[in-house]
Amino acid sequence: MNVQFATRLGSLLLVALLQACTTVTYKDPRDPMESWNRSVFSFNDSVDRAVVKPVATAYQQVLPHWVRTGIGNFFNNLDDVWSFVNNALQLRGQYTADSFGRVMVNSTMGLGGILDIASEMGMERHSANFGLTLGRWGVGPGPFVVLPLLGSSTLRDTLALPIDRQGNLVNAVADVQARDALTILNVIDLRASYLRAGDVIDGAALDRYSFTRDAYLQRRRNQVYDGNPPDEDIMSGDSRLAPVPAAPTAPASAPY
Amino acid sequence: MKRTFFRQILAISVLVGSAFAVPAVYAADEAPDALIKRLSSEVLETIKNDKAIRGGDMAKVIALVDSRIMPNVNFQRMTASAVGPAWRQATPEQQKRLQEEFKTLLVRTYAGALAQVSDQSVNMKPLRSAPEDKEVLVRSEIKGGGEAIQLDYRLEKTPGQGAGWRIYNLNVLGVWLVETYRSQFASEINAKGIDGLISTLTERNKANDKKA
Repeated sequence: MNVQFATRLGSLLLVALLQACTTVTYKDPRDPMESWNRSVFSFNDSVDRAVVKPVATAYQQVLPHWVRTGIGNFFNNLDDVWSFVNNALQLRGQYTADSFGRVMVNSTMGLGGILDIASEMGMERHSANFGLTLGRWGVGPGPFVVLPLLGSSTLRDTLALPIDRQGNLVNAVADVQARDALTILNVIDLRASYLRAGDVIDGAALDRYSFTRDAYLQRRRNQVYDGNPPDEDIMSGDSRLAPVPAAPTAPASAPY
Repeated sequence: MKRTFFRQILAISVLVGSAFAVPAVYAADEAPDALIKRLSSEVLETIKNDKAIRGGDMAKVIALVDSRIMPNVNFQRMTASAVGPAWRQATPEQQKRLQEEFKTLLVRTYAGALAQVSDQSVNMKPLRSAPEDKEVLVRSEIKGGGEAIQLDYRLEKTPGQGAGWRIYNLNVLGVWLVETYRSQFASEINAKGIDGLISTLTERNKANDKKA
C-alpha cells in the first residue's frame, strides 16, 4: 500500500518536474539550485491545491474550534518533548526548563496534552529541532532546498530531518495504522492552522517562491540566534547608505 | 597638572550644561520605545473595542492604519530600500507610484492579520541605544497564549528638534519586511524595468481588491 503510494507520487513528481522548467534571471547566492527548487515548489503547490488544502479547509469548517484546539495542543505537547531535548542540547536553560515544565503540566493536568494549561500558567513554548541545534553549534545552513511534500528547507535542516523523525513521538507508535492516522491528522491540523497565513502570502507576494524562500531563510537564521541575529550589512535596511550589490545577500558560505 | 585640572573643569561644565540642555530636548522628543509602546497599545485597544474591525471591515482597518500608524512610518525610505539601487534611477513620478502601490499592497494584506487580534498584549524588551543614536532597533513581543510573536522595528530620528522617530522597517517572527521584498522587486526590475514593477504591483492590488 505504502510502496504503491510512493511510486505513484514519484511519477507525479517526475511529470511535474519535466513540465516546470523555469529560467531564472535573478540569481540569489543562497539558492544555487533555484530552477530545480522552483519545480519542486510548484509540484508541492499543486498537491496542496488538489488535496491538502481542500481537506484542511473542510477540517476547519466541520470541526468546532475547541476540538481543533485540543488536537493542535496534543501534537504541540508531543513536539515540546523534542523541543526540550534540543533546547537542552543548545544549552538554553530557561527554554529547557520551560519545555520540561510544559510537558509535565500538560501531559498530566492537561489530560495528555489536550489542554494547554502550561501557557495559562505563563510557561512559554519554545519550539526547537535538530536543525536549529546544529545551527546553534556553528553549522551553516548551506543552500536553500525545497523538499517534495515537506517544503522549504536548507541542506543543514534536511540532513537533520532523519534525527528529527526519530524524535517525533508519533513515529514511536507501534501500530502502523494508528501511526499513519496520527501522522495524517497532524499534517491536516498543521495545514489548517496555516490557512490564513497562506492567504496573506497569496495576497502579499509578487513571486510566492522567493517570498517564501526569503522569509524561511530569515526566520531560521533568527531562530538560530534566538531572535537576535547579528547585523549583516544588507540587513541594515538602508540601500541609500550602503550600496547594494547585484546579489541582495551575504555569500552562502558565511555561517549563520 | 594644570592641564588635568582644566580638563576637569571643562568636563564638569559640559556635564552641568547638558543636564540643563537634555531635558529640554527630550521633553519634545518621545523615546522610540515609548512611541512603539504607545502606538501598539493604542492600536490593540482600538481593535478590541471596535466590533466592525474584528468582523473584518477592511475600510475601517485601512482607516485605522492610515490615521494611527502611517504618520509614524517613513514609507519613502521603506520603499526605497525594498527597491534597491534602481530607486535612484526612478523618476519622481515613478517613485510616487511605487510608494502608493507598495503601501496599498502592505496595508491590504497585513490588515487581515490585525483584525485577528483578541486578547493579546504587547511586551517591550529593553532598548539598547545611546542618546545620540540616529537609528535604533526597538524589540517587542505580542503575548497571548502559546508562543510569543516577535515584533521588532527599526526607527530613525527625524532631523530637527521635536520631530520624533519614524519606523522604516518591521520584523515579524524574525522576518524583515523590506528584505522579503528585495529580491522579488529586483527580479521584476531586471526583467521588466521600473514601470514593469509598478504595473505588477498595480495588477496584484486589483486582484486583491476583487478577492476581498
